[in-house]
Amino acid sequence: MNIFEEDLNDTITFWEKIKNIFRGKSLWMLHYCTGCGAVELPPTMTARYDMERLGMGPMATPRQADVLLITGYLSVKTLRRVIYTYEQMMTPKYVVGFGSCTLNGGIYYDSYAVINRLDYYIPVDLYLAGCMPRPEAIMNTFKTLENMITKGEANGWKKYVENYDWYRNNQIRSLGEVYVKDEFHE
Amino acid sequence: MSYLIALMIVFIGFLWQVSIDGIQRKVTAKVHRRVGPPWYQTFMDIFKALSKSSITHGFIYDFGVMMALGGTIATFMFLPFGNIVAFNGLDNFFVVVYLLAIGSLGMAMSASGSGNAWAGIGIMRALTQMVAYEVPFMIVVFGMIHVYGTSSLSELAHVQQMNGILGWHIFTMPLGAIVAFISLLGMLNKVPFDTPIAPTEIASGPMVEYGGKHFGMLMLQHEFATLVEVGLFVNLFLGGGNLIEYLIKYFFVYTLVTLIYAVSARFRIENVVTFFYGVPIVLSLVQAAIVIFTGLGVNV
Repeated sequence: MNIFEEDLNDTITFWEKIKNIFRGKSLWMLHYCTGCGAVELPPTMTARYDMERLGMGPMATPRQADVLLITGYLSVKTLRRVIYTYEQMMTPKYVVGFGSCTLNGGIYYDSYAVINRLDYYIPVDLYLAGCMPRPEAIMNTFKTLENMITKGEANGWKKYVENYDWYRNNQIRSLGEVYVKDEFHE
Repeated sequence: MSYLIALMIVFIGFLWQVSIDGIQRKVTAKVHRRVGPPWYQTFMDIFKALSKSSITHGFIYDFGVMMALGGTIATFMFLPFGNIVAFNGLDNFFVVVYLLAIGSLGMAMSASGSGNAWAGIGIMRALTQMVAYEVPFMIVVFGMIHVYGTSSLSELAHVQQMNGILGWHIFTMPLGAIVAFISLLGMLNKVPFDTPIAPTEIASGPMVEYGGKHFGMLMLQHEFATLVEVGLFVNLFLGGGNLIEYLIKYFFVYTLVTLIYAVSARFRIENVVTFFYGVPIVLSLVQAAIVIFTGLGVNV
Protein backbone atom coordinates (compact mmCIF):
# COMPACT_ATOMS: atom_id res chain seq x y z
CA MET A 1 0.00 0.00 0.00
CA ASN A 2 1.12 3.53 -0.69
CA ILE A 3 0.68 4.76 2.86
CA PHE A 4 3.08 6.07 5.48
CA GLU A 5 2.90 4.04 8.67
CA GLU A 6 3.39 7.12 10.83
CA ASP A 7 0.46 8.86 9.16
CA LEU A 8 -1.85 6.22 10.58
CA ASN A 9 -1.04 7.11 14.20
CA ASP A 10 -3.68 8.95 16.16
CA THR A 11 -1.20 11.18 17.97
CA ILE A 12 -0.31 14.30 16.04
CA THR A 13 3.39 15.12 16.06
CA PHE A 14 4.97 18.47 15.32
CA TRP A 15 5.78 17.55 11.71
CA GLU A 16 2.30 16.17 11.31
CA LYS A 17 0.89 19.57 12.31
CA ILE A 18 3.05 21.34 9.73
CA LYS A 19 2.06 18.84 7.05
CA ASN A 20 -1.60 19.38 7.97
CA ILE A 21 -1.25 23.13 7.45
CA PHE A 22 0.11 22.58 3.93
CA ARG A 23 -2.53 19.98 3.18
CA GLY A 24 -5.32 22.24 4.34
CA LYS A 25 -4.17 25.30 2.42
CA SER A 26 -3.84 23.53 -0.90
CA LEU A 27 -6.76 21.31 -1.86
CA TRP A 28 -6.97 20.01 -5.39
CA MET A 29 -10.28 18.49 -6.33
CA LEU A 30 -10.92 15.84 -8.86
CA HIS A 31 -12.66 17.12 -11.94
CA TYR A 32 -15.05 14.19 -11.92
CA CYS A 33 -18.56 14.89 -10.81
CA THR A 34 -21.25 12.29 -10.63
CA GLY A 35 -24.66 13.84 -10.15
CA CYS A 36 -26.61 17.05 -10.60
CA GLY A 37 -24.62 18.92 -7.92
CA ALA A 38 -21.88 19.37 -10.49
CA VAL A 39 -23.77 22.26 -12.10
CA GLU A 40 -23.10 24.37 -9.01
CA LEU A 41 -19.35 23.91 -9.30
CA PRO A 42 -18.67 26.04 -12.43
CA PRO A 43 -20.03 29.21 -10.75
CA THR A 44 -17.97 28.34 -7.67
CA MET A 45 -14.84 27.98 -9.78
CA THR A 46 -15.23 31.02 -12.00
CA ALA A 47 -14.92 34.72 -11.42
CA ARG A 48 -17.87 35.42 -9.14
CA TYR A 49 -17.17 33.05 -6.25
CA ASP A 50 -13.52 32.26 -7.13
CA MET A 51 -12.64 28.96 -5.51
CA GLU A 52 -8.93 29.63 -6.13
CA ARG A 53 -8.94 32.01 -3.16
CA LEU A 54 -8.86 28.95 -0.92
CA GLY A 55 -6.04 27.42 -2.92
CA MET A 56 -8.43 25.02 -4.61
CA GLY A 57 -8.38 24.11 -8.22
CA PRO A 58 -9.56 21.40 -10.56
CA MET A 59 -7.14 18.58 -11.36
CA ALA A 60 -7.64 16.33 -14.32
CA THR A 61 -6.46 13.07 -12.82
CA PRO A 62 -7.08 11.18 -9.54
CA ARG A 63 -3.35 10.76 -8.91
CA GLN A 64 -2.94 14.49 -8.26
CA ALA A 65 -6.23 15.16 -6.51
CA ASP A 66 -6.88 15.49 -2.77
CA VAL A 67 -10.65 15.89 -2.66
CA LEU A 68 -13.21 13.66 -4.30
CA LEU A 69 -16.58 15.32 -4.74
CA ILE A 70 -19.62 13.06 -4.87
CA THR A 71 -22.16 15.53 -6.20
CA GLY A 72 -25.51 13.89 -5.76
CA TYR A 73 -27.03 10.48 -6.53
CA LEU A 74 -24.80 7.51 -7.32
CA SER A 75 -26.03 4.71 -9.50
CA VAL A 76 -24.52 1.28 -8.91
CA LYS A 77 -22.63 1.50 -12.19
CA THR A 78 -21.09 4.83 -11.21
CA LEU A 79 -20.26 3.56 -7.74
CA ARG A 80 -17.85 1.03 -9.22
CA ARG A 81 -15.98 3.83 -11.03
CA VAL A 82 -16.03 5.98 -7.91
CA ILE A 83 -14.38 3.20 -5.92
CA TYR A 84 -11.71 2.71 -8.62
CA THR A 85 -11.11 6.45 -8.60
CA TYR A 86 -11.00 6.73 -4.82
CA GLU A 87 -8.47 3.92 -4.52
CA GLN A 88 -6.23 5.53 -7.15
CA MET A 89 -5.95 8.78 -5.22
CA MET A 90 -2.86 9.41 -3.11
CA THR A 91 -3.25 9.47 0.66
CA PRO A 92 -4.22 11.68 2.44
CA LYS A 93 -7.47 12.02 0.52
CA TYR A 94 -10.85 13.45 1.44
CA VAL A 95 -14.43 12.90 0.29
CA VAL A 96 -17.24 15.44 0.30
CA GLY A 97 -20.82 14.24 -0.23
CA PHE A 98 -23.25 16.73 -1.77
CA GLY A 99 -26.93 16.89 -1.02
CA SER A 100 -29.35 14.40 0.48
CA CYS A 101 -28.77 11.70 -2.16
CA THR A 102 -25.44 10.71 -0.64
CA LEU A 103 -26.98 10.62 2.85
CA ASN A 104 -30.08 8.50 2.32
CA GLY A 105 -30.79 8.22 -1.38
CA GLY A 106 -32.92 11.36 -1.51
CA ILE A 107 -35.69 11.14 -4.09
CA TYR A 108 -34.11 7.94 -5.41
CA TYR A 109 -34.69 6.12 -2.13
CA ASP A 110 -36.70 3.29 -3.70
CA SER A 111 -34.77 2.97 -6.92
CA TYR A 112 -33.17 -0.38 -7.73
CA ALA A 113 -30.29 1.26 -9.60
CA VAL A 114 -29.19 3.87 -7.07
CA ILE A 115 -27.38 3.30 -3.77
CA ASN A 116 -28.89 4.78 -0.65
CA ARG A 117 -25.97 5.54 1.64
CA LEU A 118 -22.52 6.48 0.39
CA ASP A 119 -21.01 5.98 3.83
CA TYR A 120 -21.22 2.21 3.46
CA TYR A 121 -18.87 2.12 0.47
CA ILE A 122 -16.28 4.86 0.90
CA PRO A 123 -15.64 7.03 3.97
CA VAL A 124 -17.16 10.52 3.76
CA ASP A 125 -15.45 13.33 5.64
CA LEU A 126 -18.12 15.96 5.24
CA TYR A 127 -21.73 16.11 4.05
CA LEU A 128 -23.09 19.22 2.43
CA ALA A 129 -26.81 19.96 2.90
CA GLY A 130 -29.12 21.31 0.23
CA CYS A 131 -30.59 20.19 -3.04
CA MET A 132 -28.81 21.75 -4.79
CA PRO A 133 -26.42 23.68 -2.51
CA ARG A 134 -25.73 27.31 -3.40
CA PRO A 135 -22.13 28.27 -4.28
CA GLU A 136 -21.93 30.05 -0.91
CA ALA A 137 -22.70 26.77 0.83
CA ILE A 138 -20.04 25.00 -1.23
CA MET A 139 -17.43 27.62 -0.33
CA ASN A 140 -18.46 27.31 3.31
CA THR A 141 -18.03 23.55 3.15
CA PHE A 142 -14.58 23.82 1.66
CA LYS A 143 -13.59 26.28 4.36
CA THR A 144 -14.87 23.83 6.98
CA LEU A 145 -12.97 20.98 5.34
CA GLU A 146 -9.83 23.13 5.35
CA ASN A 147 -10.22 23.76 9.09
CA MET A 148 -10.86 20.07 9.73
CA ILE A 149 -7.71 19.09 7.84
CA THR A 150 -5.61 21.69 9.63
CA LYS A 151 -6.79 20.34 12.99
CA GLY A 152 -6.22 16.77 11.85
CA GLU A 153 -9.89 15.75 12.09
CA ALA A 154 -10.49 14.69 8.48
CA ASN A 155 -9.47 11.08 8.96
CA GLY A 156 -11.75 9.30 6.49
CA TRP A 157 -8.86 7.71 4.59
CA LYS A 158 -7.48 6.25 7.84
CA LYS A 159 -10.88 4.74 8.59
CA TYR A 160 -10.88 3.22 5.12
CA VAL A 161 -7.51 1.57 5.72
CA GLU A 162 -8.38 0.34 9.20
CA ASN A 163 -11.86 -0.97 8.39
CA TYR A 164 -11.09 -2.10 4.86
CA ASP A 165 -12.76 -5.49 5.31
CA TRP A 166 -16.08 -3.92 6.30
CA TYR A 167 -16.04 -1.50 3.35
CA ARG A 168 -14.93 -4.28 1.03
CA ASN A 169 -17.79 -6.54 2.10
CA ASN A 170 -20.32 -3.76 1.53
CA GLN A 171 -18.86 -3.02 -1.90
CA ILE A 172 -18.98 -6.67 -2.93
CA ARG A 173 -22.55 -7.05 -1.68
CA SER A 174 -23.73 -4.21 -3.92
CA LEU A 175 -21.47 -4.63 -6.92
CA GLY A 176 -20.41 -8.24 -7.06
CA GLU A 177 -16.70 -8.97 -7.27
CA VAL A 178 -14.70 -5.87 -8.21
CA TYR A 179 -12.02 -6.84 -10.68
CA VAL A 180 -9.44 -4.50 -12.20
CA LYS A 181 -7.50 -5.72 -15.20
CA ASP A 182 -3.98 -4.29 -15.28
CA GLU A 183 -2.46 -5.08 -18.65
CA PHE A 184 0.74 -3.13 -18.20
CA HIS A 185 2.09 -4.84 -15.12
CA GLU A 186 1.17 -8.38 -15.98
CA MET B 1 33.79 27.92 -3.76
CA SER B 2 32.01 27.89 -7.09
CA TYR B 3 29.89 25.00 -5.86
CA LEU B 4 28.79 27.05 -2.87
CA ILE B 5 27.85 29.93 -5.18
CA ALA B 6 25.93 27.48 -7.38
CA LEU B 7 23.97 26.12 -4.40
CA MET B 8 23.27 29.67 -3.27
CA ILE B 9 21.84 30.75 -6.60
CA VAL B 10 19.75 27.58 -6.73
CA PHE B 11 18.27 28.49 -3.34
CA ILE B 12 17.71 32.16 -4.24
CA GLY B 13 16.30 31.18 -7.61
CA PHE B 14 13.87 28.75 -5.98
CA LEU B 15 12.55 31.34 -3.52
CA TRP B 16 12.35 34.02 -6.23
CA GLN B 17 10.67 31.94 -8.91
CA VAL B 18 8.11 30.31 -6.62
CA SER B 19 7.11 33.67 -5.10
CA ILE B 20 6.89 35.18 -8.58
CA ASP B 21 4.74 32.27 -9.65
CA GLY B 22 2.31 33.05 -6.84
CA ILE B 23 2.28 36.74 -7.80
CA GLN B 24 1.56 35.74 -11.39
CA ARG B 25 -1.44 33.76 -10.20
CA LYS B 26 -2.62 36.99 -8.55
CA VAL B 27 -2.05 38.85 -11.84
CA THR B 28 -4.05 36.26 -13.78
CA ALA B 29 -6.82 36.58 -11.18
CA LYS B 30 -6.89 40.37 -11.59
CA VAL B 31 -7.24 39.96 -15.35
CA HIS B 32 -10.15 37.61 -14.73
CA ARG B 33 -11.60 40.08 -12.18
CA ARG B 34 -11.38 37.78 -9.19
CA VAL B 35 -9.40 37.84 -5.96
CA GLY B 36 -6.95 35.02 -6.51
CA PRO B 37 -4.89 32.96 -4.08
CA PRO B 38 -2.31 34.48 -1.71
CA TRP B 39 1.20 34.96 -3.09
CA TYR B 40 2.64 32.01 -1.16
CA GLN B 41 0.14 29.58 -2.67
CA THR B 42 2.70 27.89 -4.92
CA PHE B 43 4.92 27.14 -1.90
CA MET B 44 1.92 25.51 -0.24
CA ASP B 45 1.21 23.45 -3.36
CA ILE B 46 4.78 22.21 -3.70
CA PHE B 47 5.25 21.34 -0.02
CA LYS B 48 1.86 19.67 0.13
CA ALA B 49 2.67 17.56 -2.90
CA LEU B 50 5.97 16.58 -1.32
CA SER B 51 4.19 15.62 1.93
CA LYS B 52 1.82 13.17 0.23
CA SER B 53 2.43 9.53 -0.44
CA SER B 54 3.13 8.33 -3.94
CA ILE B 55 3.37 5.06 -5.81
CA THR B 56 5.89 3.83 -8.32
CA HIS B 57 5.49 2.26 -11.75
CA GLY B 58 8.99 0.84 -11.86
CA PHE B 59 12.59 2.00 -11.82
CA ILE B 60 12.46 4.07 -15.02
CA TYR B 61 9.50 6.01 -13.65
CA ASP B 62 11.40 7.01 -10.50
CA PHE B 63 14.72 7.58 -12.19
CA GLY B 64 13.30 9.79 -14.95
CA VAL B 65 11.77 12.18 -12.43
CA MET B 66 15.09 12.57 -10.63
CA MET B 67 16.89 12.96 -13.96
CA ALA B 68 14.49 15.70 -15.02
CA LEU B 69 14.82 17.60 -11.73
CA GLY B 70 18.59 17.16 -11.45
CA GLY B 71 19.21 18.00 -15.09
CA THR B 72 17.18 21.19 -14.89
CA ILE B 73 18.85 22.33 -11.65
CA ALA B 74 22.23 21.64 -13.24
CA THR B 75 21.24 23.74 -16.25
CA PHE B 76 20.27 26.60 -13.98
CA MET B 77 23.68 26.48 -12.26
CA PHE B 78 25.42 27.27 -15.57
CA LEU B 79 23.21 30.27 -16.39
CA PRO B 80 24.46 33.71 -15.38
CA PHE B 81 22.09 34.90 -12.63
CA GLY B 82 22.49 38.65 -12.80
CA ASN B 83 26.23 39.16 -12.67
CA ILE B 84 26.75 36.05 -10.55
CA VAL B 85 28.35 33.29 -12.61
CA ALA B 86 28.90 30.14 -10.60
CA PHE B 87 31.24 28.31 -12.99
CA ASN B 88 33.36 30.96 -14.66
CA GLY B 89 33.99 30.40 -18.38
CA LEU B 90 31.35 27.68 -18.63
CA ASP B 91 28.28 29.93 -18.93
CA ASN B 92 27.95 28.95 -22.55
CA PHE B 93 24.80 29.04 -24.66
CA PHE B 94 25.50 25.55 -25.98
CA VAL B 95 25.94 24.15 -22.46
CA VAL B 96 22.58 25.56 -21.43
CA VAL B 97 20.73 24.33 -24.52
CA TYR B 98 22.37 20.92 -24.32
CA LEU B 99 21.59 20.42 -20.64
CA LEU B 100 18.07 21.79 -20.90
CA ALA B 101 17.13 18.87 -23.15
CA ILE B 102 18.02 16.45 -20.33
CA GLY B 103 15.08 17.72 -18.29
CA SER B 104 12.61 17.18 -21.13
CA LEU B 105 14.05 13.80 -22.06
CA GLY B 106 14.06 12.59 -18.46
CA MET B 107 10.43 13.52 -18.15
CA ALA B 108 9.61 11.85 -21.48
CA MET B 109 11.36 8.66 -20.37
CA SER B 110 9.67 8.64 -17.01
CA ALA B 111 6.22 9.37 -18.40
CA SER B 112 6.45 6.60 -20.97
CA GLY B 113 7.55 4.35 -18.10
CA SER B 114 4.20 4.99 -16.46
CA GLY B 115 2.48 3.18 -19.33
CA ASN B 116 -0.49 5.51 -19.57
CA ALA B 117 -1.84 6.24 -23.04
CA TRP B 118 -2.47 9.92 -22.28
CA ALA B 119 1.16 10.22 -21.20
CA GLY B 120 2.30 8.87 -24.57
CA ILE B 121 0.17 11.39 -26.44
CA GLY B 122 1.44 14.18 -24.19
CA ILE B 123 5.09 13.28 -24.78
CA MET B 124 4.54 13.10 -28.52
CA ARG B 125 3.05 16.58 -28.40
CA ALA B 126 5.78 17.94 -26.12
CA LEU B 127 8.63 16.74 -28.34
CA THR B 128 6.84 17.90 -31.50
CA GLN B 129 6.43 21.32 -29.96
CA MET B 130 10.12 21.33 -28.99
CA VAL B 131 11.05 20.76 -32.63
CA ALA B 132 8.74 23.63 -33.57
CA TYR B 133 9.98 26.35 -31.21
CA GLU B 134 13.67 25.48 -31.12
CA VAL B 135 14.33 26.14 -34.82
CA PRO B 136 13.43 29.87 -35.08
CA PHE B 137 15.00 30.57 -31.67
CA MET B 138 18.23 28.87 -32.65
CA ILE B 139 18.44 30.69 -36.00
CA VAL B 140 18.24 34.06 -34.24
CA VAL B 141 20.74 33.18 -31.53
CA PHE B 142 23.20 31.52 -33.92
CA GLY B 143 23.22 34.64 -36.07
CA MET B 144 24.06 36.64 -32.95
CA ILE B 145 26.79 34.21 -31.92
CA HIS B 146 28.26 34.20 -35.45
CA VAL B 147 28.70 37.96 -35.47
CA TYR B 148 30.12 38.35 -31.98
CA GLY B 149 32.34 35.32 -32.25
CA THR B 150 31.48 34.18 -28.75
CA SER B 151 28.76 32.02 -27.26
CA SER B 152 29.34 32.97 -23.63
CA LEU B 153 26.04 34.23 -22.21
CA SER B 154 27.62 36.70 -19.80
CA GLU B 155 29.70 38.22 -22.63
CA LEU B 156 26.63 38.43 -24.88
CA ALA B 157 24.90 40.21 -22.00
CA HIS B 158 27.93 42.42 -21.46
CA VAL B 159 28.25 43.67 -25.06
CA GLN B 160 24.68 44.95 -24.88
CA GLN B 161 25.41 47.18 -21.90
CA MET B 162 27.99 49.29 -23.81
CA ASN B 163 25.47 51.71 -25.37
CA GLY B 164 23.02 51.96 -22.48
CA ILE B 165 19.43 50.91 -22.88
CA LEU B 166 19.41 51.44 -26.67
CA GLY B 167 22.16 48.86 -27.02
CA TRP B 168 19.94 46.02 -25.83
CA HIS B 169 19.19 43.49 -28.52
CA ILE B 170 15.46 43.97 -28.05
CA PHE B 171 15.98 47.44 -29.62
CA THR B 172 18.83 46.69 -31.99
CA MET B 173 17.35 43.46 -33.37
CA PRO B 174 13.59 43.78 -32.79
CA LEU B 175 12.59 41.04 -35.25
CA GLY B 176 14.77 38.54 -33.44
CA ALA B 177 13.40 39.65 -30.08
CA ILE B 178 9.83 39.11 -31.26
CA VAL B 179 10.68 35.63 -32.52
CA ALA B 180 12.50 34.77 -29.30
CA PHE B 181 9.58 35.97 -27.21
CA ILE B 182 7.14 33.79 -29.16
CA SER B 183 9.54 30.88 -28.74
CA LEU B 184 9.69 31.67 -25.03
CA LEU B 185 5.91 31.23 -24.82
CA GLY B 186 6.37 27.84 -26.45
CA MET B 187 9.21 26.86 -24.11
CA LEU B 188 7.26 27.78 -21.00
CA ASN B 189 4.26 25.68 -22.11
CA LYS B 190 1.99 28.61 -21.44
CA VAL B 191 -1.29 29.17 -23.24
CA PRO B 192 -1.56 29.45 -26.30
CA PHE B 193 1.19 26.82 -26.51
CA ASP B 194 0.19 24.55 -23.62
CA THR B 195 -0.75 21.75 -26.01
CA PRO B 196 1.42 19.09 -24.27
CA ILE B 197 -0.23 19.46 -20.85
CA ALA B 198 -3.80 20.19 -21.97
CA PRO B 199 -5.74 19.17 -18.84
CA THR B 200 -9.14 19.22 -20.49
CA GLU B 201 -8.19 17.11 -23.51
CA ILE B 202 -5.55 14.61 -22.46
CA ALA B 203 -5.71 14.79 -18.64
CA SER B 204 -2.46 16.75 -18.08
CA GLY B 205 -0.56 14.77 -20.72
CA PRO B 206 2.81 13.53 -19.42
CA MET B 207 1.80 14.36 -15.83
CA VAL B 208 -1.21 12.06 -15.82
CA GLU B 209 0.26 9.28 -13.65
CA TYR B 210 2.24 11.46 -11.27
CA GLY B 211 0.97 12.08 -7.79
CA GLY B 212 2.39 13.05 -4.43
CA LYS B 213 6.17 13.31 -4.22
CA HIS B 214 6.81 12.61 -7.88
CA PHE B 215 4.44 15.41 -8.85
CA GLY B 216 6.04 17.77 -6.32
CA MET B 217 9.44 17.10 -7.86
CA LEU B 218 8.04 17.76 -11.33
CA MET B 219 6.54 21.04 -10.12
CA LEU B 220 10.01 22.00 -8.87
CA GLN B 221 11.44 20.98 -12.24
CA HIS B 222 8.94 23.23 -13.97
CA GLU B 223 9.92 26.18 -11.77
CA PHE B 224 13.62 25.71 -12.51
CA ALA B 225 12.95 25.28 -16.23
CA THR B 226 11.06 28.59 -16.15
CA LEU B 227 14.05 30.22 -14.43
CA VAL B 228 16.36 28.99 -17.19
CA GLU B 229 14.12 29.90 -20.11
CA VAL B 230 13.14 33.39 -18.98
CA GLY B 231 16.74 33.92 -17.87
CA LEU B 232 17.96 33.05 -21.36
CA PHE B 233 15.68 35.70 -22.85
CA VAL B 234 16.78 38.32 -20.32
CA ASN B 235 20.47 37.59 -20.88
CA LEU B 236 20.27 37.46 -24.66
CA PHE B 237 17.89 40.32 -25.43
CA LEU B 238 17.57 42.54 -22.36
CA GLY B 239 21.24 42.85 -21.49
CA GLY B 240 21.43 40.98 -18.19
CA GLY B 241 22.73 43.53 -15.71
CA ASN B 242 23.45 43.21 -12.01
CA LEU B 243 21.28 41.09 -9.75
CA ILE B 244 18.61 43.73 -9.03
CA GLU B 245 18.28 44.79 -12.68
CA TYR B 246 18.18 41.17 -13.76
CA LEU B 247 15.37 40.32 -11.36
CA ILE B 248 13.35 43.39 -12.38
CA LYS B 249 13.71 42.50 -16.08
CA TYR B 250 12.83 38.91 -15.27
CA PHE B 251 9.68 40.04 -13.50
CA PHE B 252 8.54 42.17 -16.45
CA VAL B 253 9.15 39.46 -19.05
CA TYR B 254 7.32 36.87 -16.97
CA THR B 255 4.41 39.24 -16.31
CA LEU B 256 4.07 39.91 -20.04
CA VAL B 257 3.97 36.15 -20.63
CA THR B 258 1.27 35.85 -17.95
CA LEU B 259 -0.85 38.63 -19.44
CA ILE B 260 -0.85 36.82 -22.78
CA TYR B 261 -1.55 33.54 -20.98
CA ALA B 262 -4.52 34.97 -19.11
CA VAL B 263 -6.50 35.93 -22.20
CA SER B 264 -5.64 33.26 -24.78
CA ALA B 265 -7.02 29.91 -25.83
CA ARG B 266 -5.08 26.81 -26.79
CA PHE B 267 -3.61 25.89 -30.19
CA ARG B 268 -3.91 22.42 -31.61
CA ILE B 269 -0.57 20.69 -32.06
CA GLU B 270 -0.51 20.95 -35.86
CA ASN B 271 -1.36 24.64 -35.53
CA VAL B 272 1.62 25.07 -33.22
CA VAL B 273 4.03 23.56 -35.73
CA THR B 274 2.65 25.38 -38.76
CA PHE B 275 2.58 28.59 -36.72
CA PHE B 276 6.25 28.36 -35.74
CA TYR B 277 7.33 27.26 -39.22
CA GLY B 278 5.42 30.14 -40.81
CA VAL B 279 5.99 33.76 -39.88
CA PRO B 280 8.51 33.35 -37.00
CA ILE B 281 10.95 31.28 -39.05
CA VAL B 282 10.82 33.81 -41.90
CA LEU B 283 11.35 36.69 -39.46
CA SER B 284 14.27 34.87 -37.83
CA LEU B 285 15.91 34.19 -41.21
CA VAL B 286 15.51 37.86 -42.18
CA GLN B 287 16.97 38.91 -38.84
CA ALA B 288 19.92 36.54 -39.17
CA ALA B 289 20.58 37.75 -42.74
CA ILE B 290 20.50 41.40 -41.63
CA VAL B 291 22.85 40.74 -38.73
CA ILE B 292 25.31 38.58 -40.65
CA PHE B 293 25.50 40.40 -44.02
CA THR B 294 25.00 44.05 -43.08
CA GLY B 295 26.13 44.10 -39.46
CA LEU B 296 23.17 46.31 -38.52
CA GLY B 297 22.02 45.93 -34.96
CA VAL B 298 25.26 44.61 -33.48
CA ASN B 299 28.03 46.61 -31.87
CA VAL B 300 31.24 44.67 -32.14
